[in-house]
Amino acid sequence: MSLQRFILKRGLITIPLLIGVSIMTFGMIHFIPGDPVDFITQFADLDPDVEDEIRSQYGLDQPVYIQYFNWMSDAIMLDFGNAITTNRTVSAEIADRLPYTLLMGSMAFLVTVITAIPLGIYAAYHRNTRIDQTSRVFALLGIALPNFWLGLILILVFSSYLGLFPVLPPTGEGLLSTDMIFYTILPAVTIGTGATALMMRLMRSSMVEELDKDYVRTARAKGLPEKTVIRKHVVRNSLISVVTVAAIQVAFIISGSVVVEVVFSYPGIGRLLVERVQTRDFPVIQALVLIIGVFVIFANMLADIIYAYLDPRIRY
Amino acid sequence: MALLEVENLNVRFYTEDGVVKATNDLSYQIEAGERFGVVGESGAGKSVTSLALMRLIDEPGVIESGEIRFKGQNLLDLEYEEMRQIRGNEIAMIFQDAETALNPAYTVGEQISEAIRVHLGLGEKAAKERALEKLESVGIPDAPQRYTDYPHQFSGGMQQRAVIAMALSCDPDLIIADEPTTALDVTIEAQILSLLEDICKETDTAIQLITHDLGVVAEFCERVMVMYAGHPVEMATVEDLYYNPQHPYTVGLMSSIPRIGDERDRLQTIPGRMPDLIENPPGCNFHPRCPYAEDVCTRMEPPLVDVETGLEQDELADTSQMAACLEHTGDLQKGLDYTVTVREESMHADGGVTDE
Amino acid sequence: MSTKSQQSQMNRGRIRIEGFDAEVVEKREPLSSWQPELQSEESKSRMYYAWRRFKRNRLALFGAAVVTVMVLLAVFARPWGELPEWLPVIGGMLLQPFSLAPQDPASQDILLGYQPPTVQHLFSWPPSGLHLFGTDWAGRDLLSRTLYGGRWSLSIGFIAVGVALLIGVPLGSIAGYYGGYVDEFIMRIVDMLYAFPFIVLAIAVITILGRGYWEMVLALVVVGWLSYARIIRGEILSVKQNEYVTAAKALGAKDRTVIIRHIMPNAMAPVIVQATLSVGSVVLTAAALGFLGLGLSPATAEWGVMLNVEQDSMARGNWWAGMFPGIALFLFVMAINLIGDGVRDAFDPQGDKRGSGGLR
Repeated sequence: MSLQRFILKRGLITIPLLIGVSIMTFGMIHFIPGDPVDFITQFADLDPDVEDEIRSQYGLDQPVYIQYFNWMSDAIMLDFGNAITTNRTVSAEIADRLPYTLLMGSMAFLVTVITAIPLGIYAAYHRNTRIDQTSRVFALLGIALPNFWLGLILILVFSSYLGLFPVLPPTGEGLLSTDMIFYTILPAVTIGTGATALMMRLMRSSMVEELDKDYVRTARAKGLPEKTVIRKHVVRNSLISVVTVAAIQVAFIISGSVVVEVVFSYPGIGRLLVERVQTRDFPVIQALVLIIGVFVIFANMLADIIYAYLDPRIRY
Repeated sequence: MALLEVENLNVRFYTEDGVVKATNDLSYQIEAGERFGVVGESGAGKSVTSLALMRLIDEPGVIESGEIRFKGQNLLDLEYEEMRQIRGNEIAMIFQDAETALNPAYTVGEQISEAIRVHLGLGEKAAKERALEKLESVGIPDAPQRYTDYPHQFSGGMQQRAVIAMALSCDPDLIIADEPTTALDVTIEAQILSLLEDICKETDTAIQLITHDLGVVAEFCERVMVMYAGHPVEMATVEDLYYNPQHPYTVGLMSSIPRIGDERDRLQTIPGRMPDLIENPPGCNFHPRCPYAEDVCTRMEPPLVDVETGLEQDELADTSQMAACLEHTGDLQKGLDYTVTVREESMHADGGVTDE
Repeated sequence: MSTKSQQSQMNRGRIRIEGFDAEVVEKREPLSSWQPELQSEESKSRMYYAWRRFKRNRLALFGAAVVTVMVLLAVFARPWGELPEWLPVIGGMLLQPFSLAPQDPASQDILLGYQPPTVQHLFSWPPSGLHLFGTDWAGRDLLSRTLYGGRWSLSIGFIAVGVALLIGVPLGSIAGYYGGYVDEFIMRIVDMLYAFPFIVLAIAVITILGRGYWEMVLALVVVGWLSYARIIRGEILSVKQNEYVTAAKALGAKDRTVIIRHIMPNAMAPVIVQATLSVGSVVLTAAALGFLGLGLSPATAEWGVMLNVEQDSMARGNWWAGMFPGIALFLFVMAINLIGDGVRDAFDPQGDKRGSGGLR
């Protein structure tokens, strides 16, 4: 089967997954003990008539599956209703913050890939030397470090003590202003540390596995130059596992951004999520969880496709 | 001067469990166009020998001493680059497991062409043409289509043929085949062996075939070396080896082949197990399993000597039969007490061949 | 070649060799002192060898030591375990009477707020006024709070992983063993839950359930069981093909027996590795939730919560306020990861050794 057909098949499998995820996200509020209306009104004691009005306004008087259908059909149009806390549309709130998270996430992702892959290759090729062992120690440190703590310490050192970075994000500036990008460096590094550590370890272990493979020995036996052996036969196959990890990195970076954005008071969707959980702003929470879930699903699908491109065995 | 001369090769592996003496003072020769077999049980050092020839021994293994002379040049003296140019080009290797020897991410054709491009300096098109030739010559039908196929699309026998094509790509003078048919069924095995034989005869390529299957040896080889615990214990032509084995280990191997019409109740084996190469028995490594062993066998390590003259030889003549047993240096008191029966005739072996 | 001419002299035909007598070898006394190596590796179980390899791994042992120390500190931080009164003799006594924490972590004294770490009263007894780690904003002793924090974080970690195992392993085993619709169903659920980053899912669960200790444990369990189910399902799928399983079934063993006795022991190894490593990430996630204000109440001496409360003060220069909980978290997770890596290497020593270099 060619790559196109594989993509088609993979896409088809994704659809039920997306539906399932949307059902789960939608179903979230219906698991909460208590009447959803109370959350909307923030537990104010209102006239039953008023409450009924609110109920019909939010469609809560209709059977669940109709509610779901309405919600979903709106959601596909990116209309998630209004936020409870601020009275703006959910979409507006999210649209405000999403670009920032994307900025930080991309920076973190880039930093990770650029650092971890060469390091992993190097460590694997020179395995069990000093360099390899030190890098493994650093990787271990990176994984164990709580990202929020690291963030706090970075602020402490670089912002408070050394004054290199501002303590709070610049306000009133656009997304792509130099001030903003500069400020994003620290949060990106914070997330990037953990992500790099994870990815480096994986790159290293998959390279080590590859180096012992028979076809690598065959390549050497054919008299190919060492550089070709490594580049063509070893790295290419190691990248396969790395691609899978890159997909996990997406999820990892999103997780990290939830916490790190809070630490740095960064105006992204991670912080939005945390804030609104505290105020029980369900429309926003639902929308965010759905968007995040969909995003991760697509990232995984992309990873699978790249994997299939790299490893012909999967396709056939 | 022979095409390949191995002299006193010692390969050691420094492992956690101890020092593995993979080969000990290994010496042998292969002439141009000769079909040379290396036989032994698993762990006897056969594969190590071939990898050493290609200088593919890596940590924790070290080639400690000895010489490997190929066309007069000592391969162990060469720089890495010089050796690399010989690999795949003048000496090529066929591995046992064809499937894992091929990289699943690239087409079969590409894996053949890449060696051609590197060694013969041909451009992409020319290299591809040559690769197609080779694919055809090993009997792969519809070569142009199969050139663009991936390894997993080939059957087991086809994969091995592809690996052979890969080895042949630069017309090597010596092919080392490490158990090339062990993983294949018997009919395919026969085809592959016959293919290798044709190649050998047509292109005057020498083949060093490593195997543990005595049937394959009988079918294919002209001269054979039997290895035990890293030592060569017998070296002879195929006929001499089968009709007139001179080393107890060889005798044991031959006698354990089950025959149709054998009246014995139980299968014959060689008792005991081969040593692990870290701690070898003193003296002759085979003595704990040898029915003819005497005290002297635990003290002296038998050298590989000509069975007729009892002398070690510097010039290894290609027809002499050598065995590493104290019987042939005259040190055993009771001789080797076995008989080789060939249908009605019999030949008694008491330290020499009696011609009928 | 002269071989060919010799050939015409010999009579070719079927060969038989007699006289190589194995019994002679077996019955005689050994000629030398050499003993064949007892290579009966198969006779001992995989666990035994894994344990031996683990013991040789110094880093892993170091990790185990650190974790043990921390667990002990957590256990002995404060007295607990009052035995019921009606028991004779020992009724009313405490199972654990020691109190390592020098002070009550809840005792506040605003006047003592933000004291930096001090060793001033180190040698006085009782060591009141001694604040080895300093005090937080409310004048509470940070050393005691850090010790108490261990109780929260470690217990959440171990309990959440334990419960997740109890859910994930059986579900994954059933999915893997029975296949078909059961497998599809369970794995679809796993896939759907897997689509969310763990912390997002945990937040969602906490949104539904509210804050609190057990709510947090539940959130972590919902998120945590997925990997075990997947791993063990994968292992079972590959082991299922193995012949010893078919043999057991041919002998009439019940399904449950086949799973428990034959498949599980081999399949458990990667699960154990994953579980060990998970303890670390669960503890981190729990602390993160605490940090976000979604965990235990703000007065609790839980590491994440402590960091949350002291965020700004750290930036203002009171470095000790948030330093120690963070160090404690870091130490614990690091140690657990060392153990986890050690366990993984113990089960699969080929993983990282230098290549065999050609030796089979």
